Amino acid sequence: MLSSDKLPLSESTPAPSSARAPGPLPAIVGVVAIAVFATILLRVHGQWALLTLGVVAAIALVVAVRTGATSRFEGAFAAHEGLMNGVAIAACLAVIAVLAKEDFSLLIVSTVLLYCTACMGLTVQLGYCGVLNFAGAAFFGAGAYTAAVLGAHTALPHLLVLLAGGCIAGLLGSVLLLPVLRTRGHYAALITVAFGIMFRSFLEVNNTLGGPQGLMVPGMTIFGWSLNKGLVIGGVTLSFYFNYALVTLALAIAVYVVTRRLERSWVGMHFDAVRIDELAASTFGLNVQALKIGAFVIGNVFIGMAGAVFAMMTGFISPTDFDFSTSLVLIAIIMLGGIGNVWGILPAAAFVLILPEKLQAIQEYRFLLYSAAVILVLLFRPEGLFPRRLRRYFPSRGGG
Amino acid sequence: MDALLSCHNLVMRFRGLTALDDLHLDIRKGEILGLLGPNGSGKTTFFNVVTGVYRASGGRIEFESQDISRSSPQAVYRAGIARTFQRSRLCLPLTIFDNIMIGNHRNLNHGLWFNVVRRKALRRQYEACREEARELLTIFNQALGSRLMEAAGSVSMIDRRRIEVCRALVSRPKLLLLDEPSAGMTHEETNELMDDILTIRKRMPELTIVIIEHGMSVIERITDRCVVLNYGRKLCEGTYAEIARNPEVQQAYLGKS
Repeated sequence: MLSSDKLPLSESTPAPSSARAPGPLPAIVGVVAIAVFATILLRVHGQWALLTLGVVAAIALVVAVRTGATSRFEGAFAAHEGLMNGVAIAACLAVIAVLAKEDFSLLIVSTVLLYCTACMGLTVQLGYCGVLNFAGAAFFGAGAYTAAVLGAHTALPHLLVLLAGGCIAGLLGSVLLLPVLRTRGHYAALITVAFGIMFRSFLEVNNTLGGPQGLMVPGMTIFGWSLNKGLVIGGVTLSFYFNYALVTLALAIAVYVVTRRLERSWVGMHFDAVRIDELAASTFGLNVQALKIGAFVIGNVFIGMAGAVFAMMTGFISPTDFDFSTSLVLIAIIMLGGIGNVWGILPAAAFVLILPEKLQAIQEYRFLLYSAAVILVLLFRPEGLFPRRLRRYFPSRGGG
Repeated sequence: MDALLSCHNLVMRFRGLTALDDLHLDIRKGEILGLLGPNGSGKTTFFNVVTGVYRASGGRIEFESQDISRSSPQAVYRAGIARTFQRSRLCLPLTIFDNIMIGNHRNLNHGLWFNVVRRKALRRQYEACREEARELLTIFNQALGSRLMEAAGSVSMIDRRRIEVCRALVSRPKLLLLDEPSAGMTHEETNELMDDILTIRKRMPELTIVIIEHGMSVIERITDRCVVLNYGRKLCEGTYAEIARNPEVQQAYLGKS
């Protein structure tokens, strides 16, 4: 009687943990490889060497995907998530420590981490709940401008400024709620596109907010510790971006914890239900509108917080930092990484941000590069480099 | 006998088309009612109107003497009506457990604070739910209970239908609406599924079931009473033997001879 029920497990289904739990080794090797590669990429300056590195990385990636190394990496990562979270954080810290004296490299690392934070917001919106948001840069900008105004005109502690950046972005997003909820699919997407463009135009004509010239933003100070002064350790002065790299890492970790917990809860399950089948969801009592609002606001708060730190870190913001193309970069990152998979964001963000920043030859063409990368991924691996896995509510303890 | 759900003068119009036309219908507590009729006679529309997916153009629906004809789908669900769909509406990328829990919305704590911060309490609720889902699934198929955390898309058609029924049952509804559960299944699978439905009835004698079905042998086997619809009106009602003898029913199904 049971024979008809025994279908072969689909590829994405992990084998029962009792049968053969993969060791953590492939995951550790993968993380170390990515960290080493990122460090080398950040330290090398010769254009030809960089180009070679880029080509090597692309070939390695294709080979890894073809031979199933990425799925092994992913499987091991998921099976030992607690350990791997620690390893990944350690790897980030190691990269930051190695680059401790290099301003530019650390600026890139911090930017990558901030984009990761913003992309986690998009993951909650698009990856979980299916709410399209092509105005990511606008909410990022809302957080940044909030930080600029509050930092320049008030004595509000900067951790509160960071929260305020998130809250303002969330509030600004609620302006969009009505039109986004009343439309669906492409139309909702178009509304967010329009909003993103309007936001930038608004900044350009608004003289109180600096107009096209932008605004200066005071650096971040946490409990009297000014991040704009480089630390001195053992007589060596570190780059002040070292401080920002640590703060952005802390922010990314905090947002990661919240995002993960959201995913692994009834709320995350309800988000998914709304994304996949609104009608079925509402038939079973789910409040579709409330869930969409919730996902949209939470996501925008994350994006806004990232924007606030970005402003304090760069010290100067202008409307061009928050144009439509930045929104597209955010979307490209989550599509490359695998929509809905938080851990896919980090390698994707690193790839999308570091390579063009270093390779001046392709900087002009970076949007061409992004589009090509997105098209390739959609063609050959539509679920992204690291597809999202099935939900486990409490994975580390007892496989559930 | 008490009516659990009763419709009075129920009308549903889509522009020019009248899908339900002055329908009077009583569903009695604890019965299995078969809803029959040719294609397009308004059976699924009736489910959609009752569950609040469509808002009736006229008339009244009373569920346990409460008027629910203006209620949202969420309110209808909370009142205790659950359904399955004619075309499978499972969330295939999610696990079987997740799919069942979608139907358990009423009993889950979905506050943000509870879900994100109070992980220990969430864990207790999760473990209780998991046990419940496993028990429910085992009623249908012993093997499914152990595949709870696999993707719903990885199981066979009949098991998907079973999961859908579980999703509808997990919240302990008073009224279960089954929209052609045997659609797209082989004869053997249909029989298996009907066995399952009879098992549920034995386990939950309080549960009232309305089932849309085309197979006459199925109807004969599991229903207590049948209602035949045609052009959105009630053609006749009675036991299977009664409706099968009715010349109007024969005419509606087979055309004039």
